[in-house]
Amino acid sequence: MSDKGKLALYWAASCGGCEIAVLGIDDKILKVAEAFDIVFWPCAVDGKVRSIEKMPDKGIDLCLFNGAIRTSEQEYMARLLRQKSKVLVAFGSCAHEGCIPGLGNVANREEIFQIAYHETPSTVNPQGTRPQTETQVPEGTLYLPVFYDTVKTLDQTVPVDYYLPGCPPEPERIWDALTAILTGQLPPAGSVIGAQTTVCDECSRTRQEKKIKEFKRTWEIIPDPEVCLLEQGIVCCGIATRAGCGALCPTVGSPCLGCYGPNSGVDDFGARMITALASVIDSDDPDEIQAIIDKGIPDPIGSFYRFGLAHSQLRRSAQPFLGASIDAGKTAGAA
Amino acid sequence: MQRISIDPITRLEGHGKIDIFLDEQGEVANAYLQVPELRGFERFCVGRQAEDMPNITDRICGVCPEAHHMASTKALDALFHVDPPPTAKKLRELFYSIFFATDHTTHFYALAGPDFVVGPEAPALERNILGIIKKVGMDIAGKVLKMRRDGHHLIKMIGGRPVHPNWGLPGGVSRGITEAQRQEIEKLGREAIEFARFSLKLFDDIVLGNKAYLDLITGGIYTHATYNMGTVDADNRVTFYDGMIRVVGPDGKEHAKYHPKDYAEYVAERVEPWSYLKFPYLKKVGWKGFVDGVDSGVYKATPLSRLNAADGMATALAQEEYERMYSTLGGKPVHHTLATHWARLVELLYATERWVELATDPEITGPDYRILPSATPDEGVGCVEAPRGTLTHHYWSDERGILTRVNLIVGTTNNNAAINMSVKKAAQGLIHKGTVIKEGLLNTIEMAYRAYDPCMACATHTLPGQMPLEVTLRAPDGEPIDSFQQNLD
Repeated sequence: MSDKGKLALYWAASCGGCEIAVLGIDDKILKVAEAFDIVFWPCAVDGKVRSIEKMPDKGIDLCLFNGAIRTSEQEYMARLLRQKSKVLVAFGSCAHEGCIPGLGNVANREEIFQIAYHETPSTVNPQGTRPQTETQVPEGTLYLPVFYDTVKTLDQTVPVDYYLPGCPPEPERIWDALTAILTGQLPPAGSVIGAQTTVCDECSRTRQEKKIKEFKRTWEIIPDPEVCLLEQGIVCCGIATRAGCGALCPTVGSPCLGCYGPNSGVDDFGARMITALASVIDSDDPDEIQAIIDKGIPDPIGSFYRFGLAHSQLRRSAQPFLGASIDAGKTAGAA
Repeated sequence: MQRISIDPITRLEGHGKIDIFLDEQGEVANAYLQVPELRGFERFCVGRQAEDMPNITDRICGVCPEAHHMASTKALDALFHVDPPPTAKKLRELFYSIFFATDHTTHFYALAGPDFVVGPEAPALERNILGIIKKVGMDIAGKVLKMRRDGHHLIKMIGGRPVHPNWGLPGGVSRGITEAQRQEIEKLGREAIEFARFSLKLFDDIVLGNKAYLDLITGGIYTHATYNMGTVDADNRVTFYDGMIRVVGPDGKEHAKYHPKDYAEYVAERVEPWSYLKFPYLKKVGWKGFVDGVDSGVYKATPLSRLNAADGMATALAQEEYERMYSTLGGKPVHHTLATHWARLVELLYATERWVELATDPEITGPDYRILPSATPDEGVGCVEAPRGTLTHHYWSDERGILTRVNLIVGTTNNNAAINMSVKKAAQGLIHKGTVIKEGLLNTIEMAYRAYDPCMACATHTLPGQMPLEVTLRAPDGEPIDSFQQNLD
């Protein structure tokens, strides 16, 4: 083995988009290969879990871990890679904030199984069969990992050194982060590696400080191509979202969804969004503001916590969130 | 009973795991492909705003987010009872054709290619994309990289983002294209057609020109006579974006042809306790276990299935290749799993031809790429052909467009039973009493699985190209007897 650094990449509950984004750095992947021996990357290089188990603690210099933690197998891998890695990066929205898999926290295992294995209209299951962690088949026993009630982020499972936001992170930002790591120019431990500005700062649409009387769902309006989407009544999350993508979604006429997570200093994304939305409403009457938000944003969980539910103050539901509403101007933590 | 565990193989959703059991005589008794993950979209999408679904369900898969984005957008058309204007439909199909061509390129060259171009029995360290470059030269590798780069560039240009586009809306798309963009799309499309023709020529020279490979394709261990599913146009030709679902039997005769909204009358999903992924089958035929034949409801939904289920291709060059494939392989339907790779290249050519047809359509730059829905939303089904199989999204909502119920049958899931059968058959054909488990043998078992291009197996294989495997032979008490590692050191 050479004296190059050792790099590991892993995926847990995720979609694979982070892997595609890593491959999107194109020929720069060769520069990564110059600087590191890639000792573990199941999707692309090898899958020697047992070899990782045999490594000394801190034997891996850098581990980029994407995906949330939903099963016992994923938790095991998170703990193993934490133990073996000097620097562990929560890579992408799932590891950072829970992302779409974290929306599973509106329900629990029982509700998810009940829908998936019994109630969906194409499922035919008269025996009431469900996946089991151990199944006796004629030839022996088959095992599945435990499916947990709650989706956790990586840092709710093990200590994390850095975060790389985005669903997925743009290849340019991945390269920026790798460059920072390669040159030792890292921010303080525990930081998000990324911009300190918002998507609005990157957006070319013009703001006119215009106030609105109602919010529009995206299917209710054909927006002007030049003007700020929020000022046209569309719930655009750019104002609370960390920059880094180059405002890609507003460029094609679609609102920012918040996939890069909260900007620095924003404690709760939903609370920040509510404050921002209240500021563009043309009213000083709290009841009227509340009514406008209730009508225009019938699903605050999906609108404000689509990427960050697992990591938010809400974290998960005691009861399903169906029909929940949020008080304008108050923190969403109460919902 | 002895057990061979192949863990991890590349994942479908999460990792896949293959367990092969040997009986007392050392023959293969059974094989299981387990999927150890579930995320619960059908539950947690309830309560969401319907219009958010194209940007939630695309996170089912980061390899083919365009397929989910498009099936979801079409489900919204149906849910809101809105018929998008012609320019919108054409833009969506153009976007989708570019995606299809890009995805099929990745699979053929990065994943499947090494087995054929370099050879299934070649040393493992050469059987990868680097091995392809060595064998065919940097020039060809450059063409492959250009095709992928162009595809991702156009997907981002049209749909907003290279992974997880944000573009589809009920009644159309969020933005059209300019004439300058159209010209670039057309130019790159014409180059893509040449790339697709080149790819078929390469397949001809290297695979069809080699009797050993042809024998491998037509050999019994990779053959399953099941039903086949695909989407067809009004003339029963292959289409990806929109059409009727057609299912043909193992004999090639039409079993069913239905509108996607009626899918639940034709397709049912079975639950097994040993996998988190369900097993779809044809409802009217019924579940008879993991067996093929006309009495078993097991079906396949792959590039080869789509060609089997159709009467031909809608573009000229692809039609020629379609005819040539079937005449070479002895007529329709073809049940050789490995011929899926050939079918994928025929589809690649069709996708690029369709790309240029749409890029040169006078309406494609039109200003009417959206209309606003006015009806009350209630229920809708959206369906496209994903590269890995027919993809169905079905939503129900209240009058505000808040979802009350969701059902999804995703591409790879269609093939869950067939993949299990293919792995078992390949193992039975290759492992016998006294067989020495060696790397080449594992790879040939793996090829049975790889032909389906199970989701997550495509673009992610671009570095060395072959799956890492660790096989352990265990005695009935679980004690390891022997083990073998492939590409692990």
